[in-house]
Amino acid sequence: MTATTPKSGSQEAGQPPPAPQRAKRGRGDRIVTLLMIAPSVIAIAVFVYGFIAWTGYVSVSNWTSFVPDLSFGGLDSYRWMLTDFRYLSGLRNVIVFTIVFVGASLVMGLAIAIALDRSPRLSAVWRTVFLFPLAISFVVTGVVWQWLLNPSAGVNIPLANMGLDELPLWYVSTTIVPGVSWGRVEMVVPVALLAVVIAAVWQLSGFAMAIYLAGLQGVSDDLREAARVDGASELQLYRRVILPMLKPMTITIIIVLGHMALKTFDLIYTMTGPGTGYVTDVPAVYMYESTFRANQFARGAAISISLLVLMLALMGPAIRARRKVEEETAQ
Amino acid sequence: MTSETVDVVRGATPRPSPPTSRSPLQRTLLRVPLYLVLIVFALFVLVPVYLMVVTSLKPPEEALLSQMWQLPTELSIAAWESAFAALQPYLINSFRLAIPATILSAVLGSLNGYVFAKWRFPGSEWVFNGLLFGLFIPYQIVLIPLVVTMQNVGLYNTITGLVLVHAIYGIPITTLIFRNFYARIPQEVLDAGKVDGAGVFQLYRRIALPLSLPGFVVVGIWQFTQIWNEFLWAVTLTSAGQRPVMVALQNISGAQIVEWNVQMAAALQAALPTLIVYVLLGRYFVRGLLAGALKE
Repeated sequence: MTATTPKSGSQEAGQPPPAPQRAKRGRGDRIVTLLMIAPSVIAIAVFVYGFIAWTGYVSVSNWTSFVPDLSFGGLDSYRWMLTDFRYLSGLRNVIVFTIVFVGASLVMGLAIAIALDRSPRLSAVWRTVFLFPLAISFVVTGVVWQWLLNPSAGVNIPLANMGLDELPLWYVSTTIVPGVSWGRVEMVVPVALLAVVIAAVWQLSGFAMAIYLAGLQGVSDDLREAARVDGASELQLYRRVILPMLKPMTITIIIVLGHMALKTFDLIYTMTGPGTGYVTDVPAVYMYESTFRANQFARGAAISISLLVLMLALMGPAIRARRKVEEETAQ
Repeated sequence: MTSETVDVVRGATPRPSPPTSRSPLQRTLLRVPLYLVLIVFALFVLVPVYLMVVTSLKPPEEALLSQMWQLPTELSIAAWESAFAALQPYLINSFRLAIPATILSAVLGSLNGYVFAKWRFPGSEWVFNGLLFGLFIPYQIVLIPLVVTMQNVGLYNTITGLVLVHAIYGIPITTLIFRNFYARIPQEVLDAGKVDGAGVFQLYRRIALPLSLPGFVVVGIWQFTQIWNEFLWAVTLTSAGQRPVMVALQNISGAQIVEWNVQMAAALQAALPTLIVYVLLGRYFVRGLLAGALKE
């Protein structure tokens, strides 16, 4: 053991007081510490920060064909983006999708978690059922739900057999409710998007369930008993005592599922594509298609910068809220 | 979060039943809504699985939309055979991708997690948060430079290139999980090693690493699942013969001529490796899920 570290000789022989020993070790250790994280830090510095700067540079260039042209083009791409119908539709869609999907997952996750927390029979089996879609790829989910919510197949077949006249069009619908115009873009919720929400909830609501269940199991039995002794009904127990304690879990779920929703690409790409009138398009898909199909690199870069800004704008407050809650619980 | 995490995974400790003033019959009736919630949501989760399995086992003449919800009159593995013939090379690609990329990102995450948990230095929280930022970026933001770089270094359209990309962008999550993992190893365990004058790296190799097996299992399962399921890198950085299975699956489903029974068999086959891992090692999978989301 000693042979490998020359410094250690003096420590064993002389038994110096602990403070200088530490100072002597400190320097070599510090260098080794930095060497251990160096590969990762350098890789992230280049592949995350360097590449973001690079993309920012491309977004203000004239690179609009297969041939790279990095001459300065000013804010043309951004000006184009902010008046482009497809981009603005996608922006509306991704925000609506994120809100509806996260909201639905929170409700479904909480309902299942409360049910599982009340110790039903076979709780391990239930848990396995609710969590397995998390292990599946968005591509698989997209392929299956594309078929299930196809207006001429899937769930519409039993609906038609039940004698329903007006079958839902699911992701083929071009209706936007309530349909008020805002500039050229109709607002607010494209019905087709709800089909994608169903598939996304199917895949990811198990995450909300797992986090809520962890939170519920942290609520001590003593506390529950105390509330019951004080005369609280079961409903009041949840509303007044338990739900407020789950706030940190709710914030965590919003952060994790929210950022996944804003990033959504695979599910849309495999399940619906941009859709008629771009009712199911999102900027992530548009970025991919304008860059690698249309060779509009500057525009693709501008779209992706806007996605990052959107992510920071929506996730920043959530992350700050979580930090605040963490500080409160730490005290 | 340690104890709760374990509870979710292992199963809940039974809760004492609510007030006893009710008769057994009343109590049973009160539990009806509970099971109703579970059954309704379980149906929602399981119906697609039923359709996938049933459809994939139908002979071609029964794979019709009108009979979509019915059980097959006879079982046929024809769809599984044609799906496997189409997917096999891409399944192999996915294994060649996911296994090395998982190992590489787990090793990097373990080194980082150990340092950020046990050897903090001035500014280390900044560096750590700087790495974590990589978790939140929409990957489109690095796509153009990544394609250009991969082309320049000759790794475009290679499995090796894809391995590298997954290893690098996996660093944030593996570092987070390992940091939380090592934070739970008591400081005294490491201090015991310091007495013989072992340095940072010796302490890692002799003390931290041998204790890390559960951490590697959690991170390994998590990363394998994520990398296997990933689509964006795969579709932008590879073409033709180098594509992983998810891109191949998307191509099959995009082709209108392919029958539904074959598409469903292909979807099942593409999902099978991660599903098997989930069924066998589900508790570690859930632990990875929670470890990434809940700090400490």
